[in-house]
Amino acid sequence: MFLRGLHLLYVLLTLGLVTAEANGVHEFQLANGLKVLVQEDHRAPVVVSQVWYKVGASNEYGGITGVSHMLEHMMFKGTKKHPPGEFSRIIAANGGRENAFTGQDYTAYFQTLEKSRLSISFELEADRMRQLSLKQDEFDKEHQVVLEERRLRTDDQPHAKLQEHFESVAFSNSPYRNPVIGWPDDVSGLTLDDLRSWYGRWYAPNNATLVVVGDVVPDEVFALARRYFGPMKPSELPKLKAQAEVEQLGIRRLTVKLPAKLPFLLMGYKVPSLKTAADEREAYALEVIAGVLDGGNSARFSSRLVRGQQIAASIGAGYDLTARLSSLFSIEATPNEGKTIPEVERALLEEIKHLREELVTEEELARVKAQVLASHIYQLDSVFYQAMQLGTFETVGLGWEKIGAYVEKVNAVTADDVKKVANQYLVDERLTIGHLDPLPLPEGAVAPESSVLGGGHVR
Amino acid sequence: MFARGTFRFIGYVLWVLSFCLVYSREVMAVPDIQAWSTASGLRVFYLKTEGLPLVDIRVVFDAGSARDGDQYGLANLTSNLLDTGAGSWTADQIAARLENVGAILGAGASRDSAFVSIRSLTHPEKLKIALDTAHEILVHPRFDTKDFDREKARALLQIKQQSEDPAEIAEIAFMKQLYGSHPYAHPPEGLKDSVTGLARKDLVDFHREHYVASNGIIAIVGDISRDDAAAIAEGLSVDLPKGSPQAALTDPVMGSVGQTLNIPFPSEQTHVFSGALGMKINDPDYFPLYVGNHILGGSGLVSRIMDEVREKRGFAYSAYSYFFPLRVLGPFEVGLQTKNAQADEALKVAISTVKGFVETGPSDAELDAAKKNIIGGFVLRLDSNSKLVSEVASIGFFNRPLDYLDTFTAKVKSVTKEDVRRAMKARLNPSEFQTVLVGGGAK
Repeated sequence: MFLRGLHLLYVLLTLGLVTAEANGVHEFQLANGLKVLVQEDHRAPVVVSQVWYKVGASNEYGGITGVSHMLEHMMFKGTKKHPPGEFSRIIAANGGRENAFTGQDYTAYFQTLEKSRLSISFELEADRMRQLSLKQDEFDKEHQVVLEERRLRTDDQPHAKLQEHFESVAFSNSPYRNPVIGWPDDVSGLTLDDLRSWYGRWYAPNNATLVVVGDVVPDEVFALARRYFGPMKPSELPKLKAQAEVEQLGIRRLTVKLPAKLPFLLMGYKVPSLKTAADEREAYALEVIAGVLDGGNSARFSSRLVRGQQIAASIGAGYDLTARLSSLFSIEATPNEGKTIPEVERALLEEIKHLREELVTEEELARVKAQVLASHIYQLDSVFYQAMQLGTFETVGLGWEKIGAYVEKVNAVTADDVKKVANQYLVDERLTIGHLDPLPLPEGAVAPESSVLGGGHVR
Repeated sequence: MFARGTFRFIGYVLWVLSFCLVYSREVMAVPDIQAWSTASGLRVFYLKTEGLPLVDIRVVFDAGSARDGDQYGLANLTSNLLDTGAGSWTADQIAARLENVGAILGAGASRDSAFVSIRSLTHPEKLKIALDTAHEILVHPRFDTKDFDREKARALLQIKQQSEDPAEIAEIAFMKQLYGSHPYAHPPEGLKDSVTGLARKDLVDFHREHYVASNGIIAIVGDISRDDAAAIAEGLSVDLPKGSPQAALTDPVMGSVGQTLNIPFPSEQTHVFSGALGMKINDPDYFPLYVGNHILGGSGLVSRIMDEVREKRGFAYSAYSYFFPLRVLGPFEVGLQTKNAQADEALKVAISTVKGFVETGPSDAELDAAKKNIIGGFVLRLDSNSKLVSEVASIGFFNRPLDYLDTFTAKVKSVTKEDVRRAMKARLNPSEFQTVLVGGGAK
């Protein structure tokens, strides 16, 4: 299979016809349930290794929001075998880069290394999968760091603050209504016991996927994975209960007033993801709609509203194809000087109405498809991105095989599909609109004072 | 415990190496960059890569904001206008031509340079359309009045937006404090008044003077032959006037030292920047300063500043120091953000960490760990086409030797403890650092 994959890739590249079947992913599962995905990329002697846990903010409940993210921080704070900070020191000494990220649907840890050092990553990741120390003094310090992170990323960022409030209005009961970093009091109130039970519940080989992309031989990676992760005991995992969002019964609106200079508009329509769509074609059609509206400077938002009507300085559209639960098709815009939020809102709603009433042109469809094909190849330039895709698809339950179908499925979307999906989902009954209403900021600065550092002279 | 773990790794590393030796010799070879000039006098830097049917092209001119004169924001606005109308095409037509073949165009201006980049598939017809379009953007931008008016309004809005972000406010104030009247002092986006004063003709003149062959370079990295690369470079530079290179920038001098500027802002955190003039790109002390800062504040969680500010005290999510090398002395900056009440304390911790390091330099273990990280991770800098084109363009634009990447790890390896201590001490005097604090909460 390994040889066939490579050969196919070579032939397709030569023909300039890369399709996703050429991905050549190798899958393996340990007896303890850990799934291992390996993709070869021999362009540089580098390997990226990622461990994805199927737990994120969307698994949290009221009172402990932010616990997944806080636990992610504590994963660098030592095990019985490795004291706090040593994980990072070992990776650094081996020329590696490492970090971690938490989302609604996952918590993931990664290292990028020169290819011969993969076992170092495996040893450390396997060690912290089941043997994390979780000590009170380390927790107390890291708690402060996470509170600073919340101030930095959300509390002092007008757009992020609007986003946070927006999602909690758009969703009534879906766990996507909670921010990944957690609500302020929940984060402040987290205890070491909260983290211990979260860790015990979700961190196990049968709730994880190990993704390796780079200059490696799959059989060797599997042998290495078996050696380090094989001894980890599986857990009995909590069964995920259905938490489908209740039906929305009319348009929702909110206003956020904050010190800021510019107004800002957010709109979101409740839509299915590839995972939740009754018919997968709906999800691919939504992906095409995002391209028609915002896939570059020739897309509708840029050519009609930013350059044509000049009503907004910038507009973006986004659709999260790979969300585990149904999510939002979102649009954000900054009005131009002299234009108001209601004017921009009307112009955007008019564009959505066009999608419902008229077929998109064949030229637009061809352009979106050409971009999808090209970006598929461009993405192969990054080993990290390839690993991200594998990890995301696998973790939300789509399966990595779906990545291979992407280009073909988008190519199959027709103008009729687009119109149909627009009529079903891009409608007022699914819409939430949020306005950021700027409050005045102080002007100017105070005059220079002498330094707290004791200098204070002028040369 | 550490030692036992390490031994196990080493045993395994040797085993894995024995499998991979055959390939590694081939792929480990550091890129072989070739250079020549086009008929119009544009210097070309070419590197062949294999494995993906794509090419990255980057044209760089000495046309950054350091060339604004007193018209702050001129270089940036000129760059913004390039793809809004060129030759016989409007912005819509340019965008459609590029996007219909999946090509991605980029353009931008920083302090030292302005660039136009193209990423395209190597498919011949697609590549040709992308290149023909890019040529017009480079050589015949139209700067139509309606496009100029619109882009100027957008630039002004962006400047307004910067003033709602405490980090941006702090960065702009810090650079002003360090550079006084030097061309690096103002933000590349310009200031409200200076951008308001820009006229269409200023952009036309700026483009005519700066976007010329002898004032720029082109980097080409991808799965194409040298002959094809030569044809691409000739095609893109047809009708590009030879012009003349810009005069050298003057060296900056800090007018005042040791000042602290407090800017009130209704935020939960205070953003703190402190520092001084640092180093330049082709600095004789580049390697000791680079390795030294890696230990001090440039290596994330394992750096001294991060350890003191975040790991030991939980004061901040992000705390760092860096040298940002520019054509002439770039800034050295220590930065962090923390809740308003503890800003002074966090700043003191960060600065005393710098002081301690400048006084005594690194330990043997720190120097060893830093070298291992930089050398062991060097391949990660070169593992994609997009990273390679940035490296090649930088080598070409800043006249670095063509073997810069080949000799990089050896130069890191040769840095001694004494080199670091001497260079840091000669360059940094923490008691003269300029400091900006933005925050303090609602007043």
